Amino acid sequence: MIDFVGKKQWFFLISWILVITGIASLIISQIQLGTPLRLGIDFTGGTSMMLHFNPQVEQEQLRQELTNLGHPEAIIQRGEDDFLIRLREISPQEREDLIKELEVSLGSEITVHEYDMVSGNIATETARNAIIAVIIAAVAMLFYIVWAFRRMPKPFRWGTCAVICLIHDVFIIVGIFSLLGWLGGVEIDALFITGLLAVVGYSINNIVVVFDRIRENISRHISSDFAVTVNSSIVETLGRCLNTSLTTLFVILALFLFGGATIHYFVLVLLLGVIIGTYDSICVAGPLLVVWEKGEWSALLPWAKRPA
Amino acid sequence: MRRRTVYLLIFILALFGFALWSIVPVNTKLLGPNGLRLGLDLKGGSQLLYEADLSKKDPTITDAEAMASVIDKIQRRVDQYGAAEPVIQKLGTDRILVQLPGVKNIDEALKLIGQVAELDFREQKIDASSGNTTWVIAKAVGSNGTEEELTGKYLKPNATVELDPQKNKPVIAFEWNTEGAILFKQITTRNLNKPLGIFLDNELISAPTVQAVIEAEGVITSETWTLQEAKTLAIQLNSGALDLPLTIIDQRDVDASLGADSVRQSILAAAIGVILLSLFMLLYYRLPGLIACCSLGIYGVFLLAIFSLFSSHITLTLPGFAGFIVSLGMAVDANVLIFERMKEELRGGRSLAAAVEAGFNRAWPAIRDSNITTFIACIILFWLGGTFGAFMVRGFALILSIGVALSMFTAIVVTRTFLRLIIGSKAITNPAAYGVTSVPAKRGT
Repeated sequence: MIDFVGKKQWFFLISWILVITGIASLIISQIQLGTPLRLGIDFTGGTSMMLHFNPQVEQEQLRQELTNLGHPEAIIQRGEDDFLIRLREISPQEREDLIKELEVSLGSEITVHEYDMVSGNIATETARNAIIAVIIAAVAMLFYIVWAFRRMPKPFRWGTCAVICLIHDVFIIVGIFSLLGWLGGVEIDALFITGLLAVVGYSINNIVVVFDRIRENISRHISSDFAVTVNSSIVETLGRCLNTSLTTLFVILALFLFGGATIHYFVLVLLLGVIIGTYDSICVAGPLLVVWEKGEWSALLPWAKRPA
Repeated sequence: MRRRTVYLLIFILALFGFALWSIVPVNTKLLGPNGLRLGLDLKGGSQLLYEADLSKKDPTITDAEAMASVIDKIQRRVDQYGAAEPVIQKLGTDRILVQLPGVKNIDEALKLIGQVAELDFREQKIDASSGNTTWVIAKAVGSNGTEEELTGKYLKPNATVELDPQKNKPVIAFEWNTEGAILFKQITTRNLNKPLGIFLDNELISAPTVQAVIEAEGVITSETWTLQEAKTLAIQLNSGALDLPLTIIDQRDVDASLGADSVRQSILAAAIGVILLSLFMLLYYRLPGLIACCSLGIYGVFLLAIFSLFSSHITLTLPGFAGFIVSLGMAVDANVLIFERMKEELRGGRSLAAAVEAGFNRAWPAIRDSNITTFIACIILFWLGGTFGAFMVRGFALILSIGVALSMFTAIVVTRTFLRLIIGSKAITNPAAYGVTSVPAKRGT
């Protein structure tokens, strides 16, 4: 039998490394870019357009023309055969004029494949609502777990452990996207928050399965040692957890590789969420319960000197 | 026991038959007699979010009445413009969401919808001291004896665009209602051989000289109009001026070709994912895996049937599609939970039939609790999506929650019925078929 609970220091260490890397990336990004995560227009307001040119134009030429037309702030990204352009908030009339002027000055016919405009105040509202949504989700999950495990002694403890795992997942994913934003220019949008909440739902799903087995094993009195009970519960649910995650991963991976650009990063959130959610339900959630039950708080800080 | 299982099977097959019937014909419109309702990201089109300035409303009506009237007028404009399946709804207190699937020229649609289009007629006043001329709104005595301003609200809603044969320019022909005719007669009499200014939202369109006293009808011309602009104005005049000025605060346009690409890629991705998943289930769980694949197929057909039957309520978007795929994973999850439990019970030395029942009964609390948490996440997402008209966020939440509910049904009812039937028929009794290689010697029972 694999001893998950016995190796808990290692798992906590891995989690700390992931979380701290994420936080470090958020801080570095804040210092370097002035924002911890590269925010898309959903949160900042502005205009984003995907333009197709026929015949194709050079990126430098396009940048020059946009500057001439009064858009020195334009951020241009080159896609397969399109350009993705980010501008400040412009009115529909300005947009129409801009496209016409670009067509004339670049001598190329423009097709607008995608066009998004978000005004500043709605963007602020979206950002606020997104944060509220994540907090409500965490609190709601806490209450549900407390309710579901109400017959256990100290149900609040189970809920808190589950929510700590959720926050852990969210931090790691946010950290990875901060890194992607900082190094690869990846922006987060409203769909990112959607993915994050879906991950929260999925991850808690896994934790509940493990906790459910611990609850069952406690009532069957399989061992007087809580650590042994937890560990055998983890091992017993291991097959299910891995298989479920694998089957879900198959479909999500297919969607990630072949599913098109619009939801690429959304699917990446789901992909990361499934992997991290599976890891924490097996390696973190149960051991955390044991640490609390036994008061072995030093195990949480694996680098600290252990009492003799 | 046996009889109940057979009844359940008949029920499942009947439901499956009905579901299949509801999604045929499978044609280019994508499934079912009504076709699936594709979101803007798949079909192409525009979504506009307007904010109305309620401080500018007529104080005699309430905010809600003003908004209802604006929405009604936008609806009429969109209908006359000819957009297919438009969605126009109020968000919060002062926002209006307009979805125009498949609209190609969005600049045109934007002008049509968002402009207040307050038409009025003005006469020239010469300031006695400076000699400057100014335009003031023409007033005349109405039928009830009070002075009324001559504006677009006295027009009959039947303005049409005609082509002026001499100048080859578009003109708008309009008719006054009874009240308008009374006012117009007085004003044209008073301004005979003088210019009469026609203003739209305080901008001069044209200022023709009044040639004769006119009562019932007239035309509006402009030197600079294109045919399209004249048509837009005609639609706006017929719908009436908006009660509140609107500002656009969020706009999303997707080109139809991009949407078509997305549909193709998503279907390919889903097919690959489902094939991999089925292979895994077959190889790992064998007979129960096969049953799980069957119930997954039934799950897929049921879900499509729900999309098709409720196509007026469920819009399929790209994230919704991802939700569908994630829910497939969850549908498998319920089966995996049950099978793993069953295998444990088999290894523990129970008989097949007992292991199946124990597997289901013991897996149930875990399935229930884990799916409820997903529901909670979906409800929160649905709320979040509603606050800023994010059809993508809502699409994901809605489809994921339908998928989760349905997956519980297929796992608990469909898979269980199939397994009971096979075990009850005693056709396959080798534990290896159920993925258990070594069964310990039977414990004393």
